[in-house]
Amino acid sequence: MASISLKKLNKTYGALTVVHDIDLEIADKEFIILVGPSGCGKSTTLRMIAGLEEISGGELKIGGDLMNEVPSKDRDIAMVFQNYALYPHMTVYKNMAFGLHLRKAPRDVIDKQVQDAARVLDITHLLNRKPKALSGGQRQRVALGRAMVRNPAVFLLDEPLSNLDAKLRGTMRAEITKLHKRLDATFIYVTHDQVEAMTMADRIVVMKDGHIQQVDTPQNLYDRPINMFVAGFIGAPQMNMLPSVIHRRDDRFFAVFDGRELPLPAHFDKSRIAPYEGRELVLGIRPENFHELPPGDIPLENLAPFKAVVELAEPMGSEVHLNMVAGGRSLIARVSPRFRAGLGDEVKLVADVTNVQLFDTETERSILY
Amino acid sequence: MLCGHQEAGADATVVGSNVRRLRAPDRKGQYAKLGGKVSVSISNSAIATDRTPAIPARKVKILSRRRRKIQDALIAYSFIAPNFIGFAVFTLGPILFAFVLAFMHWDGSNAITFAGLDNFWRLFEDKAFISAFWNTVIYTVVSVPATLACALGLAILLNQKIFGRDFFRTAMFFPYVASLVAVAVVWNMIFNPEMGPVNMILYTLGVDPKDMPGWAADRHWAMVTVILFGIWKNMGYYMVIYLAGLQGINSELYEAADLDGANSWQKFLYVTVPQLGPTTFFVTVMLTIQSFKVFDQIYMITQGGPGTSTLVLVYHIYNEAFISWDLGYSSMVALVLFFLVLAVTIVQFRRQRED
Repeated sequence: MASISLKKLNKTYGALTVVHDIDLEIADKEFIILVGPSGCGKSTTLRMIAGLEEISGGELKIGGDLMNEVPSKDRDIAMVFQNYALYPHMTVYKNMAFGLHLRKAPRDVIDKQVQDAARVLDITHLLNRKPKALSGGQRQRVALGRAMVRNPAVFLLDEPLSNLDAKLRGTMRAEITKLHKRLDATFIYVTHDQVEAMTMADRIVVMKDGHIQQVDTPQNLYDRPINMFVAGFIGAPQMNMLPSVIHRRDDRFFAVFDGRELPLPAHFDKSRIAPYEGRELVLGIRPENFHELPPGDIPLENLAPFKAVVELAEPMGSEVHLNMVAGGRSLIARVSPRFRAGLGDEVKLVADVTNVQLFDTETERSILY
Repeated sequence: MLCGHQEAGADATVVGSNVRRLRAPDRKGQYAKLGGKVSVSISNSAIATDRTPAIPARKVKILSRRRRKIQDALIAYSFIAPNFIGFAVFTLGPILFAFVLAFMHWDGSNAITFAGLDNFWRLFEDKAFISAFWNTVIYTVVSVPATLACALGLAILLNQKIFGRDFFRTAMFFPYVASLVAVAVVWNMIFNPEMGPVNMILYTLGVDPKDMPGWAADRHWAMVTVILFGIWKNMGYYMVIYLAGLQGINSELYEAADLDGANSWQKFLYVTVPQLGPTTFFVTVMLTIQSFKVFDQIYMITQGGPGTSTLVLVYHIYNEAFISWDLGYSSMVALVLFFLVLAVTIVQFRRQRED
């Protein structure tokens, strides 16, 4: 049983506040990911949960018990560090056994736990090596193994994949997800990589400047970002942000960007849009919502022609990222590799407005959610 | 033509100042060198005119790769030379001479005579040598671990965020840089058996004046006094080395140990000590060599006495060489010391490699 609860948790260094009154409820066995740019306070928050940083204010509860003053070793947690922090002079076996050894576990129990973890992580053949003789990926596995042997209720992972190459990162993502299912423990994972967050998390916590921006499932964050920061941070390539003016014709609202008229879909709450009539706001549209041909499954009323000048085409194999300019703005569209566009050409695309976002220019908050 | 003559004249002066260049085998024309003065006769001005640019270009080509290598090496040796000459004259030469002298009889003024192994056999009969040998061993065996422990302890204390840290770091380092003669005089006063503050404090603590340590004047306490002085004088230096070692330890290791459940002592044992391994090795080797060579503090505090209680090998060498003027025998003692230090250092390096 390890639900975790943060109430008004904050961290200050003198006059500098790096984490501002964070409230967060993490359910037992949940896989939660803290994500944000560097300096957003995500690692500090994790380290406060780990007991490596003192809590300046607020409450931390693990499994319902107040943990503010409890030393790390008694919090029933284990942590995987960014640089692995393996003891260089110990073999892999001893690295993994160390925690149990300090807790005076019987030797056969230690051996069983270490062997089991090693089997799960496929590192049995490495047990007698020292960390120096391991590759980055192998060290990563050992670090995970060291966390596993104690059967902690909570796993804390601090950017565990950031030192691995892209390909290995992909496989380790899947392995960590599987491990979470297998271990039946709560995972709190810190990363700056939104792809890791999207692919692994049950819920994502987006942070910026020591504040939580939004907490939700990956798909909800993607579809219903609460502000421009979340919208821009989640998803790659980034959401296009187009300053537009709202017009009304009969019963329908339109966003006009540089003379291009984009209808707003009928399912939007009109009472929220109405106050912006005649005013400027920011319209967000994701790169995949531009199409070379009208897609058959989208109602025609949600489609609008969109012209732009191609500046650069980045072929990705399965798709092409078109870097375009329209109305003095750079934007990106993801189109099929069959779509041929020369540099400097004006291309005619179709914009699907079903999932566009609308943000207040001043507050940068979403108008819709 | 006029123009050609002028150039020929200019060329002649260039050639004259670089006599060596004239010796290139393919050079045409007639040159004769006469004691630095060069007389040049040039029959054809055309040769002179094309020679001026040709000289630098040809000089580069003439140097083969091998010659250039030799030249580079010569330049390097010329930079090493001043230091090496000093080393050869003042260190290497005397050492080799001492090696030879160990098998000679010499009193410094009369002729040197061959002694064979006389000096060597004498070692086993010389009671002063035997006690100097054991005193050196005792000094080393006690002072190396003690200095190491004090230096490490200080480094750990002064690596924490405590008030006045920089002041204490400086204070601990001070004995090492202070003049040995000056601090030894102060040390003698503080440990004076009759009026020194140390014994006064002991007296107020209730130590019977009959059991009071005589420190440097007491044959049972003299070695203790000298060792204490050595520790106090050297620990600041090794503390600085340990501080550097401590600051090189990745703090994540301590955090990992925290989460693994290690207490302060266990963190020291399982993280700090192994991580400081290379530092400890360096400190041990340096301290051992230093301890085998100890002389100056003993000269200042006890002069090897009372009796032979603080007589160490280097002090014995000094006595035999400059008091008794038996330079052959003292060289033999020095040879023994040399092989002792060499053997211990080799053992230490071997053990380090095994780890």
